[in-house]
Amino acid sequence: MKGAGQKLLVVLLAALLVTGCSSRSTRSDDAQGRATVEDRSMGQTGTDADGGAQSSALPGGSDLSASALNDPASPLAVRIIYFDYDSANIRSDSSDTLAAHAAFLAANPTLSVTLEGHADERGSREYNLALGERRALAVRRQLVLLGASAGQVRSVSYGEERPAVDGHGEESYSLNRRVELVY
Amino acid sequence: MFSIRSREFARRALRVALVLVLFAAATARAAEEVTIRIEEGVASALPIAVVPFATVGDAEPPLDVAAIVRADLARSGQFATMPPEGMPSQPAAFSAINFKDWRVLGMENLVIGKLLRAPEGGYVVEFRVVDVYKGKQLMGYRVPTTAANLRLTAHHVSDLVYERLLGERGAFSTRIAYITVEKKAPGASIYRLQIADADGYDPHTILESTQPLMSPTWSPDGNHLAYVSFEDRNSAIWLQDLRSGERKKIIAGEGINSAPAFAPDGQRLAVTLSRDGNPEIYLYRLGNGNLRRLTNHPAIDTEANWAPDGRSIVFTSDRGGGPQIYRMDVDGGRPERVTFNMGNYNARARYSPDGRRLAVVHGDKSGYHIAVVDLASNDFQVVTNARLDESPSFAPNGSMIIYATMGSGGTELAATSTDGRLKQRLATQRGEVREPAWGPFRD
Repeated sequence: MKGAGQKLLVVLLAALLVTGCSSRSTRSDDAQGRATVEDRSMGQTGTDADGGAQSSALPGGSDLSASALNDPASPLAVRIIYFDYDSANIRSDSSDTLAAHAAFLAANPTLSVTLEGHADERGSREYNLALGERRALAVRRQLVLLGASAGQVRSVSYGEERPAVDGHGEESYSLNRRVELVY
Repeated sequence: MFSIRSREFARRALRVALVLVLFAAATARAAEEVTIRIEEGVASALPIAVVPFATVGDAEPPLDVAAIVRADLARSGQFATMPPEGMPSQPAAFSAINFKDWRVLGMENLVIGKLLRAPEGGYVVEFRVVDVYKGKQLMGYRVPTTAANLRLTAHHVSDLVYERLLGERGAFSTRIAYITVEKKAPGASIYRLQIADADGYDPHTILESTQPLMSPTWSPDGNHLAYVSFEDRNSAIWLQDLRSGERKKIIAGEGINSAPAFAPDGQRLAVTLSRDGNPEIYLYRLGNGNLRRLTNHPAIDTEANWAPDGRSIVFTSDRGGGPQIYRMDVDGGRPERVTFNMGNYNARARYSPDGRRLAVVHGDKSGYHIAVVDLASNDFQVVTNARLDESPSFAPNGSMIIYATMGSGGTELAATSTDGRLKQRLATQRGEVREPAWGPFRD
């Protein structure tokens, strides 16, 4: 899709972002990592933009200065995005965090972030390396969409090679399927 | 011992990968780290008694050669060996054999022998294979060797016995490569690339790093390993000469650089690179560094493995939704799907040496297992049964598959006969062991 069509898509998605965050749509994922709805669109998984959304997509405060990175109360303190099993879709519970980071990067064009993509241990290691990258790139696309410039965002995948936790059950797996934002 | 450590690494050791290259000789003779536990046996195995060899000229032999041969033959799953304690006698010469005793026990074959100390300081291994029911010698050899090569010679004896009795080449004197992970502290591990004998004995560390290592793969002549290292803060493909210890980063750059696989001619690697936007298979020519892209699809395409004739590859692709195995000619052309009616997850295919089968990582409701696919009939058989099995690799004679499995202390190596009937674990005491790659015949 090129040109005007692409611009329209961007505007539509931005609109969805603003209205979709607090909508009363059914969560199409759950913390146990079972994706109940396979959504291949970029960005939001909530679909009921029925006007119930009130809060702004740029949460918490307006401090976008570089020092906000060290503020534990800032939404920028959240540095991990989690994913469902075998999925690189950005969950709706990540959107506020990503919006905050994108706004921060937009406001600080000399700063950059590295997105480290990871996967849980199940299945083949090389496929998981690719899955980790897919997740990092999904986050990258979201950040750029929301205002960061492409040159500020680097991505790397570690696949399943650097788990956050060592267990072998779903609780551990859900904590390992992640992208970490490293400034 | 030779270690490479740049000043820069030494200065920034905390934040930068520390990589050590160790020559094979350095770490040799410490306690064997990898032991074998045989779990299930095979009913149709050939009964054989490997009689302890007599020693001539040494008070204390450095190695129990017969024990190594006995363990090799048992581990293949094709032989049922008997322990020395149960033997009616321990003949070392043909004339000393009382055939009636062995027939009563149902032993069809004997291996008898001697270990002689040579006056110049080496050894001679003398052995005979005897058919108990015919009362005849089938084979006899005298093998001169050195103290350093005695274990290898024992494995050669196993190869000769195996081939004489089964008509198939033995793989006992081959080697395996694998990765170990030793956790030092939360978030800090030591990763080692090791090579050991096919029975797990005599491991040597050939690379040590504070950053992850992945996907070791042998050159067809057994002189090089290619692997993936994260020492430069991203995946990159390295090539290491096992004779000199020299290593070279051959492919790096934006995105993923991984999944190296040597072509049978040893001149090219298939690799996975995502520099063009998503993971694709490329061919890399070792002589001139030329890169040629093979796949062209927005899906994940990775884990290429070469057919023995060097004309095609199989690879993993999720272009159909979930990961499945596809095949394509390296000259170009459309990839064709190989795994049908095999569920939603099939990845990391490895060709058998005869090109007729693939070992794959197969996911189903009970977990991830190794399955063997017959390429002619498209039938498949699941050959392992733990919850998380991965990284299958065929022995060069196609008789066994080594793989990684989740044990009680972490991942460990295991092996199965290709029909799934015999299973065994190679347990290591030092952390996790993963990604085994079975090396080629050592001609």
